[in-house]
Amino acid sequence: MSLDPQIVISPIPQAQRKRRWGRGISAIAGFVATVFLTFLGLLAITFFIGRVIPIDPVLAVVGDRASNAVYEAARVSMGLDQPLYIQFIQYVGNVLTGDLGMSVSTGRAVVEDISRFFPATLEMATIGIIIGVVIGVPLGVIAASRQGSVIDQIIRVVGLLGYSMPAFWLGLVGLAVFYARLRWVGGPGRLDIFYDGLVDPVTGLILVDSLLAGEIDIFWNAISHLILPASVLGFFSLAYIARMTRSFMLDQLSQEFVTTARVKGVPERVVIWRHAFNPIRVPLITVIGLSYAGLLEGSVMIETVFSWPGIGNYLTTALLNADMNAVLGSTLVIGAVFIFINKISDVLYRVLDPRAR
Amino acid sequence: MTTRDWLLEDSPNSRWQANAGRAYRVFTALLRNPLSVMGGIIILVLILTAIFAPWLAPYSATGQDLANRLAPPSGTNWMGTDELGRDIFSRVIWGSQITLTIVALVALISAPLGLLIGAIAGYFGGWTDRVLMGITDIFLSMPKLILALAFVAALGPGINNAIIAIAITSWPAYARIARAETLTIRNAEFIAAVRLQGAGPIRVIVQHILPLCTSSMIIRVTLDMAGVILTAAGLGFLGLGAQPPLPEWGAMISRGRTFILDQWWVATMPGFAIIIVSLGFCFLGDGLRDVLDPKNEGK
Repeated sequence: MSLDPQIVISPIPQAQRKRRWGRGISAIAGFVATVFLTFLGLLAITFFIGRVIPIDPVLAVVGDRASNAVYEAARVSMGLDQPLYIQFIQYVGNVLTGDLGMSVSTGRAVVEDISRFFPATLEMATIGIIIGVVIGVPLGVIAASRQGSVIDQIIRVVGLLGYSMPAFWLGLVGLAVFYARLRWVGGPGRLDIFYDGLVDPVTGLILVDSLLAGEIDIFWNAISHLILPASVLGFFSLAYIARMTRSFMLDQLSQEFVTTARVKGVPERVVIWRHAFNPIRVPLITVIGLSYAGLLEGSVMIETVFSWPGIGNYLTTALLNADMNAVLGSTLVIGAVFIFINKISDVLYRVLDPRAR
Repeated sequence: MTTRDWLLEDSPNSRWQANAGRAYRVFTALLRNPLSVMGGIIILVLILTAIFAPWLAPYSATGQDLANRLAPPSGTNWMGTDELGRDIFSRVIWGSQITLTIVALVALISAPLGLLIGAIAGYFGGWTDRVLMGITDIFLSMPKLILALAFVAALGPGINNAIIAIAITSWPAYARIARAETLTIRNAEFIAAVRLQGAGPIRVIVQHILPLCTSSMIIRVTLDMAGVILTAAGLGFLGLGAQPPLPEWGAMISRGRTFILDQWWVATMPGFAIIIVSLGFCFLGDGLRDVLDPKNEGK
């Protein structure tokens, strides 16, 4: 992230400007192609996992006592008599039309299940990333501006713990301490049983729904349940964000323009928060995006611990019931959201950073 | 001439001496960093514990003692006992074997695989490069844990399948590194010299390119091991990794979930083991990076 001092700003000749436009379009086309191929790759992987690895997907459906006729009928109806590439095309077609199959354990369409469970995950991950950014960024800046101090060492340890602590373990310890011992927060689940089902799901986000319905009690109850799992998730993004912020800031603070500003007598606070911090906002967006996507993944473990009715819990329940449609459907959705967020932060980086344009 | 002089000789007489000298320099540089020393000690203790588990563990890992179930930590049971009266300290010690096996096998499968794919892509370039790196990028942009979960779901739960699933999801990062390294040395003069002597692509890649990728690979693999341990523990926690009664740390935490509110030690103790070992790999990896790759120092 070093600024190149040799950049000379000069008016761009006409021909070159045209070429730039051409390059812009081909860059967009290339980007769309990569996104498309990545999604196709994701589909290929879930297809591979669902159709190729299991010894016999038909047996999984009809059971091992089915007669030959039933077995054949099921095989044909599942399209397994077709060659593999046709099966794949059919699979892609199904996914694109929103058909992820039926879930064996809930008896509903997987798409319906996921749209019901996803908002809970979204709510938790969003609060988590807010905690991570609001605490992590200032911590990283402070650590960089006082390199080697006690606070820098503490942040270093926190950063390493974020890499080496199992999320589910932290969740369990949190439950034992803050719920069982101290009674500061609500227990597992999104609401106390007493409040369950009182608010009509509009967005599926209980915080929003309860406010829309004007139920302040339910809102506070939801917060008390949400705060612990979201903080656990937030801790992991905080660790990552603080570490990255510190590293970006150190790069900036060693730049000559920072020294110049200091020599000119600019107050240290302004040097840090304006001169040094402004240039790192763009790479930070990428870091935050990556970390947000990572939280969606981390929520799988956390949701199991907190009995949080989100997509991660849905996925793990399906795993234990060998409900392959649900497993692959949630893998696909989580993977797609993950890729989508990654690509979005990539685009934002290119749009916001003039040097990467 | 002392051994040290022989190791630090500026003009080594043999390749063996040069290698040994380099290893010695890296080792002494590592010793100067207290954190990497700590990391090294932790890993060493893990390896020794795994080897000597039968002698170190005071009790059997699976021996039940129902009269003494869920006993809190005490002089006889240092970490307490679980719901079947098994000594948690002994189980944690036996569990180190499983953790070490997982870590070693994942590294042995995924690092060579990634190295080979990356080196081939970088060396041949063109369409080979585009196709291989396309596949690598697709795997890289996928959430690792979810992918591992899906693979284990299809392969069936169990420790072997967990290892395969983790290895499948961790090679792409190594392929990227190997490709980047290959690109920088592909057009070097010594490679051209070897080719003029009639070496085929396989010989060039295996004998001359791969050895130069090892140092960045070692750094990355060491740093990744913490993540591998966490993923393996996560799979164990969800009941998809090591199956009972194997004393896998993640699975032990999962058993302790039910008792977390009253018998906190059942779930927390294995967690400390996971944290310490992961931290050890992080420390060692950080230290190795500072020594082997001074460009990135201090980050």
